[in-house]
Amino acid sequence: MTKREIILEVKDLQTSFFTDDGVIPSVDYVDFHVKEGEILGIVGESGCGKSVTSLSIMGLVPSPPGKITNGQILFRGKDLTKFSEKEMRKVRGNDIAMIFQEPMTSLNPLFTIGNQLMEAITLHKKGWSRKQVKARAIEMLKLVGLPRAEELMKDYPHQLSGGMRQRVMIAMALVCDPKVLIADEPTTALDVTIQAQILKLMRELNERLHTAVILITHDLGVVAETCERVVVMYAGKVVEEGTVDTIFNNPQHPYTKGLIASVPDMRFKKQRLYSIPGNVPKPGTIPNGCRFAARCESVFGRCTVENPSLYETSDNHKTRCFLYDEKGVGVNDKTAATS
Amino acid sequence: MTQMVPNSTNEIMVKKDTSTGPWLDAWRSFRKNKVALVGAGIVLFFLLLAILGPFIAPQGINDQSLKDRLLPPSSQYWFGTDDFGRDIFSRIIHGARISLWVGFSSVIGSVVVGSILGIIAGYYGKWIDTIISRIFDIMLAFPSILLAIAVVSVLGPSLQNALIAIAIINIPNFGRLIRSKVLSIKEEEYITSAKAIGMKDLRILFSHILPNSMAPVIVAGTLAIASAIIEAAALGFLGLGAQAPAPEWGKMLADARVVLRNAPWAMIFPGIAIMLTVLGFNLMGDGLRDALDPRMKN
Repeated sequence: MTKREIILEVKDLQTSFFTDDGVIPSVDYVDFHVKEGEILGIVGESGCGKSVTSLSIMGLVPSPPGKITNGQILFRGKDLTKFSEKEMRKVRGNDIAMIFQEPMTSLNPLFTIGNQLMEAITLHKKGWSRKQVKARAIEMLKLVGLPRAEELMKDYPHQLSGGMRQRVMIAMALVCDPKVLIADEPTTALDVTIQAQILKLMRELNERLHTAVILITHDLGVVAETCERVVVMYAGKVVEEGTVDTIFNNPQHPYTKGLIASVPDMRFKKQRLYSIPGNVPKPGTIPNGCRFAARCESVFGRCTVENPSLYETSDNHKTRCFLYDEKGVGVNDKTAATS
Repeated sequence: MTQMVPNSTNEIMVKKDTSTGPWLDAWRSFRKNKVALVGAGIVLFFLLLAILGPFIAPQGINDQSLKDRLLPPSSQYWFGTDDFGRDIFSRIIHGARISLWVGFSSVIGSVVVGSILGIIAGYYGKWIDTIISRIFDIMLAFPSILLAIAVVSVLGPSLQNALIAIAIINIPNFGRLIRSKVLSIKEEEYITSAKAIGMKDLRILFSHILPNSMAPVIVAGTLAIASAIIEAAALGFLGLGAQAPAPEWGKMLADARVVLRNAPWAMIFPGIAIMLTVLGFNLMGDGLRDALDPRMKN
């Protein structure tokens, strides 16, 4: 495959919430990038800052209390954090689009599917005739695999199933050929069979339209099936980054290892399912040192004192863990490092 | 009837044939409610009276016949006559026009102003919300009829000023209703997704938030028409609303006070007219609430 250009780059992003209990950084110096036509997975438990990251990219962090307090979001080299609201509106839908977790509530219940799709088109395609707009809307519904597109245009959201609605949402997001599609847990609210279909659809559309996709999920299965590269987030920080193969075959960060170990395996029914002890620290109560230290099986002295940085362990593989720092592993910790 | 439609990816999609949309659904549920239909019937009846009044009324509003003063109901004067010898039946028919006009136009006025203020307060929040909400609080601190009397005494007593006064005192009710509705709707995911496709604030307000907050306004509006009619009658009764010789029902009640002992019909029939219209709007409003409020659906 030819070398693809980076289309979206998030640099040192910090998004904080200003609450009565003080300033709480929900996303803390996060770096990652997406290349043209790539599917990037962002994985992590609830509350680790995945959704806030995606809202930051869209410029939709609820403000107040939220605010981007540091860093850059570069879309084709231009910093979106410096954009005015008016400029951002042009980016949204046109360059970067987003679909949400709840297909049941993401459509306005009072208007027909056609009405809402056509509204989305006219927002960015000024000067199109009604006929063109309608044709485009029907074309989009067909593209996302919905049958009887013409009839569906006249239907209201409550008449569609969850899977159909998520398809409509995808159609609406892709209506203006965005370069990046952010999908925030697009399949979480759907049952497993529909989930697989939606993921398949997203992969197909990614191949056909070359839209880069940022797939935000807590489901490692979804990542393994769909993504090329993965960013693992924990408590507002990126803890590991790499291609799907390296992450799954050679996970390095103890958190990633724990996540992979917690996926149920049908072959060993009698085994008790692994779970990482403890909980994600609440934002605002984040301890000194490595954020995962309190739950880590390989923890050693340095972890609770210093903050690890993201160490490059091989090409396309980075880990935020002292085990992979040259001077990091102490004498007592050899076993942990090799295990 | 349902049909199963397999699609390209073998997903089975169930679709009902009775496709219509939320407003028609509400109408269906309203239609099943007998009491509400009776209310709507009463309202419709008075509406027709108001529209067709001059053609139906056997006599003019001010046709006086001094030899026929204070006659009890008879075949010639169905509801009797008042102390000027005017036909009460004809005057009530004409009065329907005044009462409904006051009811509808004052409520429309307060809905429009209240909605705009409520939307601004709810959507933009911050200091502008504080200012608008405090003004509402101050207005609601007065008993409404007292506020109406104050407004009328500033503007001068007339039907038009009574209407304006009633519109003003109802603004905070609608303003607060819309504000609370907007507050909850703006957190809905379809608003975020409308933003995510690059929609402007104003467009989101008017094409997404406003239509979705209309249901409770329609219900409260119908009920408010009933109370506006009573308030107009009260102001008329106090001499602060419609002026003689307008056949306003409240004014008719006030005029009939002096002859109550000799001619109770002069008071009873306008009273019944007020009661029936108010009852009609209230029954209809209750029915609309049941039809439009999703929580009431079973």
